[in-house]
Amino acid sequence: MSRKLALRDALREAMVEEMRRDETVFLMGEEVAAYNGAYKVSKGMLDEFGPKRVIDTPIAELGFTGIGVGAAMNGLRPIVEFMTWNFAILAFDQIVNNAAKTLSQSAGNFSCPIVFRGPSGAAGQLAQQHSQTFESWMANVPGLKVISCVHPADAKGLLKSAIRDENPVCVMESELLYGYQDEVPEGEYLVPIGKAAVRREGTDVTLVTFNKMIFPALEAADELAKEGISAEVIDLRTIRPLDHQTIVNSVKKTNRIVVIDESWPFAGVSSEIAYVVQKYAFDYLDAPVTRVNAADTSLPYASTLVDAYMPDAARIVKAVKEVRYMKA
Amino acid sequence: METAKAGVKKINKSTYLEWFELMLKIRRFEERALMLYGQQKIRGFLHVYIGQEAVAAGMESALRREDAIVTGYRQHGTAIGRGADTAACMAELYGKATGIVKGKGGSMHFFSAAHRYFGGNGIVGAQIPIGTGIAFAEKYKGTDNLCVTMFGDGAARQGALHESFNMAMSWQLPVLYVCENNGYAMGTSVGRTSNIQEIYKLGLAYDMPSEPVDGMNPEAVHKAVTKAAEHIRAGKGPYFLEIRTYRYKGHSVSDPAKYRTKEEVEEYKEKDPIKVIEQTILSKKYASEADLQVIKDKIKAEMDYAVEFAEQSPLPDPSELFTDNYVEPDYPFITD
Ligand SMILES: Cc1ncc(C[n+]2csc(CCOP(=O)(O)OP(=O)(O)O)c2C)c(N)n1
Ligand SMILES: [Mg+2]
Repeated sequence: MSRKLALRDALREAMVEEMRRDETVFLMGEEVAAYNGAYKVSKGMLDEFGPKRVIDTPIAELGFTGIGVGAAMNGLRPIVEFMTWNFAILAFDQIVNNAAKTLSQSAGNFSCPIVFRGPSGAAGQLAQQHSQTFESWMANVPGLKVISCVHPADAKGLLKSAIRDENPVCVMESELLYGYQDEVPEGEYLVPIGKAAVRREGTDVTLVTFNKMIFPALEAADELAKEGISAEVIDLRTIRPLDHQTIVNSVKKTNRIVVIDESWPFAGVSSEIAYVVQKYAFDYLDAPVTRVNAADTSLPYASTLVDAYMPDAARIVKAVKEVRYMKA
Repeated sequence: METAKAGVKKINKSTYLEWFELMLKIRRFEERALMLYGQQKIRGFLHVYIGQEAVAAGMESALRREDAIVTGYRQHGTAIGRGADTAACMAELYGKATGIVKGKGGSMHFFSAAHRYFGGNGIVGAQIPIGTGIAFAEKYKGTDNLCVTMFGDGAARQGALHESFNMAMSWQLPVLYVCENNGYAMGTSVGRTSNIQEIYKLGLAYDMPSEPVDGMNPEAVHKAVTKAAEHIRAGKGPYFLEIRTYRYKGHSVSDPAKYRTKEEVEEYKEKDPIKVIEQTILSKKYASEADLQVIKDKIKAEMDYAVEFAEQSPLPDPSELFTDNYVEPDYPFITD
């Protein structure tokens, strides 16, 4: 049995179920309690769990993230919400220098089971500081796991896995898609960290993507189908550890790959995938690995510049035609 | 001390009229912006200053044009106070190429080097050390300019405030910290963020002269800023003013502001700085109703022009995406 849930409701269901199951889980962040969440992800949670476990913080990202890390080292399982990942940058010291390194530098004396979550990526005309995508930054750090997904069922199942994980896990959501509804199974539902999902099977080209770029990728696949090109669409869901096998198996079948990644191109998730594919599917490739990223610039406010910056279905179709050596 | 006083105006009839005009201009600009947001002419975030205009007015009359200002994202009033052109500001909200930053910044990010306006910052509290650094540069260059570093009550809880206060005091930097305490950081009242609710007291831990100021009254702001600026220009180091004000609207257009009572909002509207100054001007006979009407008409015409200008201006060409990222015009961007 399943029912439709919005992304925000699926995320909430994951947190609520885990908090009912495990007393040590608590939620902390700006506006998560009395205001019911800046994007209403934590709506009603203060009512159910009270202020001991659903905690409004001042605007002090570095401080409350560090408090989360300390609490995690001392037996609790914090969920730290960032209003957006843009503001988590203030806390990268605690995430990178401490959460990620606790196990290593204490040689296993202490673990740091903590979840850092919030929306990532551009959300319209919000300008330079509010539009960034940090999956590749976080995924660069050994010690962290990184999830980035928007399908409500995945979000629920992966967030539950993240809360139960003994390692620090970053969960990247999407402001624009909190209202996006889709089927979520009833009852206990876990999705394993580190497994990609094939959203659409195909034979002629592999499209690999994650987070909200799944939508332009699927739209491009529809467009391509009209021209007789069958695209396989892979939703990574987890960025670290990266599911090499699903990507490589698909490329062995299609012999062509386009990576769609909202982040900047330099040393991004798309570059990592390009490395993996040339290393493990070199003999199967009929065209260079190609990618569609956001522009290699900051994102300004004006609508024309947002359009010029963001990957979209038209650009994906164009890239596919390139790897199929077709005229655009 | 002679030079310290130069440039600081005495309060007289014309000061009152200037305050009235500036505050009304800011108010009308933002009322238009809210309306245009409803029509989807303006997108993204829009945080208005309505209710807080006396801070900009009282500050500007007490400062010199060479002094610098840096603030957060609730910044239309601050920029207009600096003298930024309202048509360029409106075009910016529209994301047009003629905007104050070519349509690249939008509501949160006006900047104007010509006005010594170091911008609206979207990361809460980021401008506290930045303003401290702007002041550092003034001291380094040997000027007697200061930098007004403005931030909200919510921003006052960032650790960067303490690091900045400490360095500014120990290096005696010419910085005027101004906390615009409007009672709320989004949905969180000041009372829920700390056991120290009188924010000015945060400066006292560093032996920084620190005071609360009535931010609904431009004269009170002017006097406090004048005194602080004299102290700073005399080389005595930083000063901290907690200016107590109020925002009438929600945090941004998407906030229904259910966390406070209608009575509370009404109570502040009773003390509305524009309403009060209008009454004062009339009762002190600084101007007649007809004189004030002339100012109102002038502002209305200015706003009509600003909207018309924004409407008629072109959107930036998509190639503008690649300008202003690096100083070099031929920087090798990654394009595939
Ligand atoms: C570092 C950071 N954290 C969170 C946010 C989201 N945010 C934007 S404004 C705001 C409230 C700030 O309140 P305050 O400093 O009192 O300024 P006001 O809005 O009242 O002018 C928050 C939490 C942000 N922009 N930056
Ligand atoms: Mg405030």
